Amino acid sequence: MDLFDLYGVTAVVLLSLSLYAFFYAANLLRRVIALNMMGSSIFLLLVAIAYRNRAAEPDPVPHAMVLTGIVVAVSATALALVLARRLVQETGLEALPEDLPEEEGEA
Amino acid sequence: MSAPVEWSVLLPLAGAALSYLAPGRWAVVTAVAAATATTGAAVLVAIGVWSDGPASVALGGWQPPLGIALYADGLSALMLLMTAVIMLAIGIYAAGYFRHAQEGTSGWRESDAFLPLWLLLFAALNALFLSRDLFNLYVVLELVTLAGIALLVLAGGSAALTAGMRYLLAAFLASLLYLLGVALVYGEYHVLDLHLVRQTLDPSRLTWLALALMTAGLMIKAALFPFHAWLPPAHASAPAPVSAMLSALVVKGAVYMVLRLWTDVFAGDISMLAGQLVGFLGAAGIVWGSLQALREERLKLIVAHSTVAQVGFLFVVVPLATGGGMADAAWRNDAWSGGVYHILSHALAKAALFMCAGTILLCLASDRLDDIRGLATRMPLTAFAFGIGGIALIGLPPSGTFVAKWLLLGSAMGQQQWWWVVVIAAGTLLSGAYVFRVLRLAFTPVPGLDTRLRVPALMEVCALALALAALFLGLRGVEVLRLIEAGAPLGVAP
Repeated sequence: MDLFDLYGVTAVVLLSLSLYAFFYAANLLRRVIALNMMGSSIFLLLVAIAYRNRAAEPDPVPHAMVLTGIVVAVSATALALVLARRLVQETGLEALPEDLPEEEGEA
Repeated sequence: MSAPVEWSVLLPLAGAALSYLAPGRWAVVTAVAAATATTGAAVLVAIGVWSDGPASVALGGWQPPLGIALYADGLSALMLLMTAVIMLAIGIYAAGYFRHAQEGTSGWRESDAFLPLWLLLFAALNALFLSRDLFNLYVVLELVTLAGIALLVLAGGSAALTAGMRYLLAAFLASLLYLLGVALVYGEYHVLDLHLVRQTLDPSRLTWLALALMTAGLMIKAALFPFHAWLPPAHASAPAPVSAMLSALVVKGAVYMVLRLWTDVFAGDISMLAGQLVGFLGAAGIVWGSLQALREERLKLIVAHSTVAQVGFLFVVVPLATGGGMADAAWRNDAWSGGVYHILSHALAKAALFMCAGTILLCLASDRLDDIRGLATRMPLTAFAFGIGGIALIGLPPSGTFVAKWLLLGSAMGQQQWWWVVVIAAGTLLSGAYVFRVLRLAFTPVPGLDTRLRVPALMEVCALALALAALFLGLRGVEVLRLIEAGAPLGVAP
């Protein structure tokens, strides 16, 4: 098992964890963080892909994709955080109505 | 020849930045100039494709695989024209809407975030339809979504914020699934350019996994059943001009990408079963969306559920246009042209319907079905536009939808996939049911409710213009089909 495998396996483990967290958490901040983690796992996979030939120089194209992907993820996260904050100010809820337990959703 | 392709992205992008920075009236002037110039560029692209065939532009002079190319074929040109026409109409409609919604203001300027976001969405959609690179498509699809959600939450209030948040979570997950698919394609084949991907791919489990991941992401963004739950509240709670953009254009971005990937880029690697499965989800979407539209009591929610149903129709195109290798290429080509025709026609009709619903909500302060009784005497032009738009949505001749369904039905029968004939016919009847449910109430005279309401003429005229365009789109079938065929992937496929 070399670095390539290690990165790849870590990426898959992170991906599974983040998907689990995204679907099982109700709190908006947790779900946004889960999505960011999922993004990071894909970036890690891309970094591994850049090194797939085990050559001395890694392929620069996946690196460019990771950089662009980070910019996209930051923008989406920023919008998500602003929306979540406005939602808390407006409704006092830190989760989407359908993710809340019944009694809390009606309160 | 190459210039208009780049300008159709650059102009609205520059306009978005300038109209954000410009003070007061200048913001409006800049935005109108940018939108008009962009429309001109889109028309030039279409003329170029019409006379010289598909055009490719290597940005900065860097050729793929290292550089990123823009590519305009007939499909792209039609999508650009569709975006330009609808965006312009929505921009004009929005002037009336915001002036009326915020009494005593002069319209656009007060809703200052609207203009830059409108142009940003315009630029992102144009870039999406011109992209020729899997990763570039990921970036612009995300731009489309972010601009769309930012426009949605302009409505303010907890309903719009909740809907926007739900939409953003779904869309964020979707774009990551798509990105994972792109990473797998690059990892295996070392190419991202669509033309190179098509040449390099071979049918393997990894190709299928990558396509499945990308398609799953796009299905979420297109709100295909069962990934549609975010759409109705989002499209119904947005401000009226934004609802029209989201339903007519934003979901089309993802649908367009599915069509590109399935019928063009990955066309050689798709099994019959996979196509049938996608079509089956489309059929389920038609039934589910239509039934919900029949049960809803609010006009905007009815129109939004109708989008879920109509997106279903667009996915039924996939099994007919891919065919799994055993079908006749001519029949597949018919299905593909029908699908493109359906995208155009639905975009025009749905924008018109959402504009009408928005006008009604604004003037009656309610869009409940109970309150729209006697609409035809109170707001005759809007009721008329809704009727025309509804007819175009169902697909009565001479509407564009009629041509689309004619082509799809012919293709389904020609390929002996008769079950899709049943789906399309049943779906058409269902759309007839929910449209006439609204029209029956709107055109029933109610004693005592016969004074005409004061309605901004700008809003009524824009809706009517788009509805009429959708209705008469079918009359220009020869020209549209010729443009669709320019660089059609299936026309040249073996």
